[in-house]
Amino acid sequence: MKFVMAIIKPFKLEAVREALTELGIQGLTVTEVKGYGRQKGHTEIYRGAEYAVSFLPKVKIEVAVDSDIADKAVEAIANAAKTGQIGDGKIFVYSIEKAVRIRTGETDADAL
Amino acid sequence: MRFPSIFAKRASGAGALALAAFTALPALAQEAAEGAAEAAAEAAPVMDKGDVAWMMTATLLVLFMTMPGLALFYGGLVRAKNALSVLMQCTMIAAVMMVVWVLWGYSFAFGGGTSPFWGGFGKLFLSGVTADSTAATFTDGVVIPEYVFICFQMTFAVITPALIVGAFAERIKFSAVVLFTILWGTFVYFPIAHMVWDGSGYLFNLGALDFAGGTVVHINAGIAALVGCIMVGKRNGYGKEILAPHSMTLTMVGAAILWVGWFGFNAGSNLEATGGAALAMINTFTATAGAIIGWSVVETLHRGKASMLGAVSGLVAGLVAVTPACGTVGPVGAIVLGAIASVVCYFFVAVVKNKFGYDDTLDVFGIHGVGGIVGALGTGIFTAPWLGGTGGDDFSIASQLWVQFVAVLVTIIWCGVVSAILFKVVDAIVGLRPTPEAETQGLDLTSHGEAAYHYS
Repeated sequence: MKFVMAIIKPFKLEAVREALTELGIQGLTVTEVKGYGRQKGHTEIYRGAEYAVSFLPKVKIEVAVDSDIADKAVEAIANAAKTGQIGDGKIFVYSIEKAVRIRTGETDADAL
Repeated sequence: MRFPSIFAKRASGAGALALAAFTALPALAQEAAEGAAEAAAEAAPVMDKGDVAWMMTATLLVLFMTMPGLALFYGGLVRAKNALSVLMQCTMIAAVMMVVWVLWGYSFAFGGGTSPFWGGFGKLFLSGVTADSTAATFTDGVVIPEYVFICFQMTFAVITPALIVGAFAERIKFSAVVLFTILWGTFVYFPIAHMVWDGSGYLFNLGALDFAGGTVVHINAGIAALVGCIMVGKRNGYGKEILAPHSMTLTMVGAAILWVGWFGFNAGSNLEATGGAALAMINTFTATAGAIIGWSVVETLHRGKASMLGAVSGLVAGLVAVTPACGTVGPVGAIVLGAIASVVCYFFVAVVKNKFGYDDTLDVFGIHGVGGIVGALGTGIFTAPWLGGTGGDDFSIASQLWVQFVAVLVTIIWCGVVSAILFKVVDAIVGLRPTPEAETQGLDLTSHGEAAYHYS
């Protein structure tokens, strides 16, 4: 089992969700986050006051998948979220030690 | 010739007093003397239901400017952790000033006393006022119920101190706001309202034109705001942290409500539903439109983008500038006046404030103070008949401008000095600032024990 976590541009969320659904992946956790990378921030001006906003809004998605489709999931996210501009985000994959579906008590692959 | 702008008979409760106020205006002395004999023979004063209905409506429109207009405008401009504190300050100021106005404020401003500086004790607790009491209007023999006049003026006394709190928003004790409001109303607002609007008032008798309260409300609030923001000090993190507004949406809604309410403020100041009110109405449209465009153009030239906050800042600046002018200038002159006010106010909030480094949080001085001064002086210019104004053939820009200048100067000095003393007094009694920890945590939680937003 692999845990795929990706930071993407907020407007790409729907495209990513569709791409993952096509792979048969059911369920996704989404969090609104802020951060910065090479894209840096932007400047906001309120009347005379100028503020450098260094943290940009991003969306973090988290999905747990079977190991054999992990690469396909990563590929699907990468293709769907790509614009070619800086700030497209990053994908991280790590291993899952254990998974439990709370309602039924099913574990591991059955719980995904 | 008649200046509808001057509240010649605004203060009077009885017809005889109204006539005394009327004769106090030098320009009108001759006419008044001629009219005196006729006036004696005139029938009992007339009350027009249309006037009464309009003035009751106008009164509610001005209340709507503070609650919720100004409160939302200010509430959106502060950080989320202080949003409620500003809404609460506006709410409490409204309530406190209503009580104070009825107990002694109305008397101090319009109590019938003959002093040029205050109205005396004659109408403490509204003594002597009944449902049958009347207040004069601009037309001889036409009156409105005094209770309506009291309520209308009360809403002005409410919004003026509420404007001031924007200057030290996000870093003021709630108790300090309440105490300062009571003292400032008593020692600054009521005397200046008397000086400008009462028939025996000092500035009124100089011939200053102030149709709806540019000096009394806006310059007054703006100067107190400047003194306040300097004496209270800068917000923690000023110049280092991001202190950006939390909701431009609320600010736009609040500004739009202010604009609508301002029709009560300006056209209502005519005291009758007549052509004079219509002139104030169209000017309240055109000056504001000119000011919105003016601010956005300047901002685009200076920064490359026209912002929403810029547009609503221009909106308020234009309304402030046309407040003293709306009864005497023409609709096209008002466009120019509004645009000029925007350009000057922009310069103050975007350049001057940064240069001097005072933390006038919501630009009360930069927009109400500066816009009010531009409006007061501009009234002396755009009232000229060859600029579309309603001034007579003998209107002299130079002499009127001088009178306007004196009125502005008296307001600045009186308000500046007394406000500084009052901030000292309030600081000594309850203290002005919350602790740095409370300020960091936000005034909503630390002053009021609640939060504006819960994300659940």
